[in-house]
Amino acid sequence: MNYPQAPGFPAVVVVSDIVKRFGRFAALRNVTAEFLPRRLYVVVGDNGAGKTTLLRILAGLARPTSGTVSLLGVSDPRAAGREIGYMAHPSLLYDEMSGMENLQYFARLYGIEDDECCARVIRRVGLDPSLTRPVGQYSQGMRQRMSLARALLHDPKILLLDEPFSNVDGRSTVEMVRLLAAVRDAGTTVFAVTHQPSLLQASADEFVWMESGRIVDRTRELPSLLDAPQCEDPGFEEGP
Amino acid sequence: MKKAFPILAVLTLPLLGYAFYEAMFVAPADQMQGEVYRIIYYHVPSAWTAFVFFFINFVASIVYLIRRNPKADAVAVAAAEVGVVFCTVVLVTGPLWARPVWGIWWTWDIRLTSTLVLWLIYVSYLILRRFSQGDQMPVLASALAVFGTLDMPLVYFSIWFFRTQHPQPVIGGGGSIDPRMLHVWLLNWAAFLCYGMLIFWACYHLENLKRELEETQSLESMLEAPRF
Amino acid sequence: MSSPASITRATLAKDIRLEWRSKDAINSMLFFALLVVVIFSFSFDPIAEESRHIAGGLIWVAFLFAAVVALNQTWARELRNSVLDAYRVSPAPPNALFLAKALGNFIFVCVLEALMAPLFTVFYNLRPLGPAWQLIPVAILGTWALVVNGTFFAAMSIHTRSREVMLPLLLFPITIPALLAMVQATNAILTGQDPARFWIVLLLTYDVVFTIACLLLFETVMYAE
Repeated sequence: MNYPQAPGFPAVVVVSDIVKRFGRFAALRNVTAEFLPRRLYVVVGDNGAGKTTLLRILAGLARPTSGTVSLLGVSDPRAAGREIGYMAHPSLLYDEMSGMENLQYFARLYGIEDDECCARVIRRVGLDPSLTRPVGQYSQGMRQRMSLARALLHDPKILLLDEPFSNVDGRSTVEMVRLLAAVRDAGTTVFAVTHQPSLLQASADEFVWMESGRIVDRTRELPSLLDAPQCEDPGFEEGP
Repeated sequence: MKKAFPILAVLTLPLLGYAFYEAMFVAPADQMQGEVYRIIYYHVPSAWTAFVFFFINFVASIVYLIRRNPKADAVAVAAAEVGVVFCTVVLVTGPLWARPVWGIWWTWDIRLTSTLVLWLIYVSYLILRRFSQGDQMPVLASALAVFGTLDMPLVYFSIWFFRTQHPQPVIGGGGSIDPRMLHVWLLNWAAFLCYGMLIFWACYHLENLKRELEETQSLESMLEAPRF
Repeated sequence: MSSPASITRATLAKDIRLEWRSKDAINSMLFFALLVVVIFSFSFDPIAEESRHIAGGLIWVAFLFAAVVALNQTWARELRNSVLDAYRVSPAPPNALFLAKALGNFIFVCVLEALMAPLFTVFYNLRPLGPAWQLIPVAILGTWALVVNGTFFAAMSIHTRSREVMLPLLLFPITIPALLAMVQATNAILTGQDPARFWIVLLLTYDVVFTIACLLLFETVMYAE
């Protein structure tokens, strides 16, 4: 698989022969890939394809059974925590605090003492920093946007999103898509796992197709439904 | 290694039999307690055997925490299971002995009480293993084993001081030991160790087989064609 | 990168603020503590002279049960919405989080003790015959012993079935020497018959050993999947 790789731009994420087993079940089967900076990768596949598992390994939340992961040249994702932003379907926020209070607290974990920084990122996702309502009372769209704000708080170089658009209203979705493209343009590598790849059709640099724990294809365009890639035999190599 | 197992088995059986014979018939009867005291030949060597296996568990747990080698975890669980069995023997033989001799079932003496706490810690270890979900159960169990072992000196000292303030009869008490008794003690200990080793080996082997089976099944599933 | 101390401080402040706002746990805990004292008073006759000799044990067993109820909800807020994942992903050192949680529990259980102790004194007509000031180091060291291991085992129980049962099941055996020390020290001070110094030193040793063990192993437990 060849990508137009600009000279002097090393891959920011390199996974090599990743295997992840949960007891008898192999969630990831010898996944090998490289990912470049300043790209928006959309990871697509059925349930059980291994998308979430791969994302969690990149975030440092899970350790591969075998194989290596390298983020920004560092071989342990946990050591690269400063540069990773993570967002998943649960909000990773305290329901009892307001959005601003949540972000002020998480900012401390990253060594950010500046409250204005928190207010800025909240405005960036299209929400009001002065809102005192606790996050538990937000709509799903607002909550996801606030969760994205938390992930972007420390200006990460790698942004990992697991189903960011699930159950989110239209307006919030548009805001988030716009923001992800802007974040990518500013230099961050974005990975978005989603069942709705069409939402990112305009902004995505590449679609990564996963099936049964493997990456089976990587395409620049989102094919129409009839052309969705099929896997004929177990020895399927990553195609052109 | 595989050849050693049958050899050990063949060695253990007569050793156990001989040790039993020595304990029951050859060793001299105690002056004060008569024949009842012979249970000491089960009580004390069981305790020593349990300590040996718990120590093996401690070392294996530390090795696992450092190296994450699944074989170390298999050693740890096998050693813990064998240790708990021998520990139970100590806790059962203690009261069985105390009752006819001192008229009470339990005396909170230092050795018996420390053994009870040790038993509680390792039973909680086995329960943690059973109730844990996820791959990281060996990590949690190893951490608990380290905590438990660190606790034991503190247990012993606390009960020791408690006893000096509130003295009570000591089971298996002090006083001089007839060298012939010591000989039988050691003989029984050797027999119990061999027997314990046999069981430990079998458990360890079983754990490794289970692990291999899981790995093989997951490798097989990895070769499957993706479903549509 | 902010220092671990400031992360601990921020986390502790956040937990106290959240607890103050909801007052969920503290209200139910206070009532539970009161119930425990009352039930113990019915079970162990407060009027008898023997009560002075066993009061130390009664008080600490009551504190132990109240502490377990508090410890069980240590990580409850972090498990909702997977907030713990946010910690794991961040560069914050896990020990900073552990210390914050342990200190939070410590303060919480101390508040409970401060409320239950006068009740016990009233119901059991307790008058310490020995040096009463020694009760303070006993309370501090004893409470820390319960709380440091309790916070650690609460984190371990996250990964188990029957979470609420696993915590006491793991905690009680390990806590036995500390419990013996707390009870004997309290009894010694109340009856004035024996010196409590050995027990206080034992508690100190226990606290040092297990605080170090928890700090060394917490990261492993926090990242367990």
